[in-house]
Amino acid sequence: MIRLKWSWLVSLLLVLTLAGCGGGEAPSMQEDAAMEEAPAGPPAEPIDPETVGAITGSVAFEGETPRRVRIRMDAVPACTESNPDPVYSEEVIVNDNGTLQNVFVYVKAGLENRTFDVPEQLVHLDQNGCVYHPHVLGVMTGQTLHIMNSDPTNHNIHPMPAQNREWNKSQPPDTAPLREQFPRPEVMLPVKCNVHPWMKAYIGVLRHPFFAVTGTDGAFSLEGLPPGDYTIEAWHEKYGTAEQTVTIGEKETQEIEFTFSS
Amino acid sequence: MSAPGESVWLHRFAVLTACGTFLLIIAGGLVVGNEAGLAVPDWPLSYGMLMPPMEGGVFYEHGHRMIATSVGFLMTVLAIWLWRREPRRWVRRLGIVALGAVITQGILGGLTVIYLLPTPISVSHACLAQLFFCMTLSLALFTSRGWNSPMEPAEDREAPQFRHLAVAATVAIFIQLALGAALRHNGLGIAPHLIGAGIVAVLILWVAHRAFWKLSGQGTLVRLALAAGALMLLQLTLGVGSYWIRLVTQDAVQPQLSTVWITTAHVAVGALLLGVSLLLTLQSYRRLTLSGSTLPVPKTLEETLA
Repeated sequence: MIRLKWSWLVSLLLVLTLAGCGGGEAPSMQEDAAMEEAPAGPPAEPIDPETVGAITGSVAFEGETPRRVRIRMDAVPACTESNPDPVYSEEVIVNDNGTLQNVFVYVKAGLENRTFDVPEQLVHLDQNGCVYHPHVLGVMTGQTLHIMNSDPTNHNIHPMPAQNREWNKSQPPDTAPLREQFPRPEVMLPVKCNVHPWMKAYIGVLRHPFFAVTGTDGAFSLEGLPPGDYTIEAWHEKYGTAEQTVTIGEKETQEIEFTFSS
Repeated sequence: MSAPGESVWLHRFAVLTACGTFLLIIAGGLVVGNEAGLAVPDWPLSYGMLMPPMEGGVFYEHGHRMIATSVGFLMTVLAIWLWRREPRRWVRRLGIVALGAVITQGILGGLTVIYLLPTPISVSHACLAQLFFCMTLSLALFTSRGWNSPMEPAEDREAPQFRHLAVAATVAIFIQLALGAALRHNGLGIAPHLIGAGIVAVLILWVAHRAFWKLSGQGTLVRLALAAGALMLLQLTLGVGSYWIRLVTQDAVQPQLSTVWITTAHVAVGALLLGVSLLLTLQSYRRLTLSGSTLPVPKTLEETLA
């Protein structure tokens, strides 16, 4: 009887330890199908190219410019050999003109009742020098993201979405590019390489093509917008989000400025 | 079959398995610390091969898999060895349970990779690692010459009984390690882990105090209890250090060496503390007996388990 209890005790301990294993089911085909783009609202009038306007502007930075952090790749010879010069984090880059780089600016609201064709052109994401190029990018739902490995080393590509399906794929050197799509809008979707944990990229997935990423001049331009009221959001990986409402009339260009501070 | 504890080599092999398991726990801590849990997206192979280039996160993740495979092999040999040579049926069975645990642990490790580190599986993987470590330590103890030598148990006149205190401390440490794993894998906040630390500290201090002042004739128990006390103080220091270092490096663009080593040391010392407390518990059942009790309760672990 006592021996029986001992066996039960050990079994019970193992079962209790494993009891929490119910989560993390494999994403099924049905789940994939459920993630397909939801139908848009009632269709609006087709966009008249003769009446479209634009929202342009820049993203300013206030405060003390943060020092860019050097990435330590010393433990991975393939990465150090690809980068004879020091490599710095792209988390915060303040341009010489006081603007902020890598800010994703997009129409957050105002286009809900419109649908847009998915562009045929590919959006490229390259792994080169053990860094993602570009660091911040945008794609439309269903548009193909073309992921390349230009490095002489293994990478894994691991998007960590909240709205789309998470996956993790390896990409050894000299292998064919990966072609991936995200069926649901999501701002922003982080991507990580767990082999080289400093490698991070952010993808904005939208149902429309009105988005931009600030570059070395900190400027953005959302062109071809039909007249209407819009909410424009600017997203930065460290400083969060800011938004403004803008109304544009026929053939009108409105200029706005966002400001992030340290 | 040989007499209990006859084979010195069997005992040494069990010790080797326990040491390998401790090393495996450290390797697992390094995987989490270096954020390398998904550096190898496939399982059971790594990048489709048995031996991928060992660089970056692959070094930690595949290294962990290699050590795990070695421990699995050691445990398989140990279980077969026990099954063929060990006369005590319950020890043979414990060997089989430990073998089942290490196989389950390997599968859990694979599931963490395939399902992209779901918190319940990751926490279960961390908890089963500690349980398996306890099993290998127990096997090392049960096959030792000291355990199998005849001895006259000493009386424990105090209430609560020392053995019950030791059991409470061991269970509390295990729960505390589970709470720590849940914290590390983002399943819980820090509050339960802090409360657990307080409970564990009180229980271990109580055990150490009782052993030092009331069981001074039991050298083994005193040494183990004092070791548990010292480890507990070290663990508290490492816990504070881990929290602080994670706080100051939370904006770092990549895992920091200091953070990785302090948090891994916290995991490793936690496992050691659990192991010492378990050995203390088992030894207290072996070396102490109830005083003046007329209840027909078994007096030693051997009798309890036989």
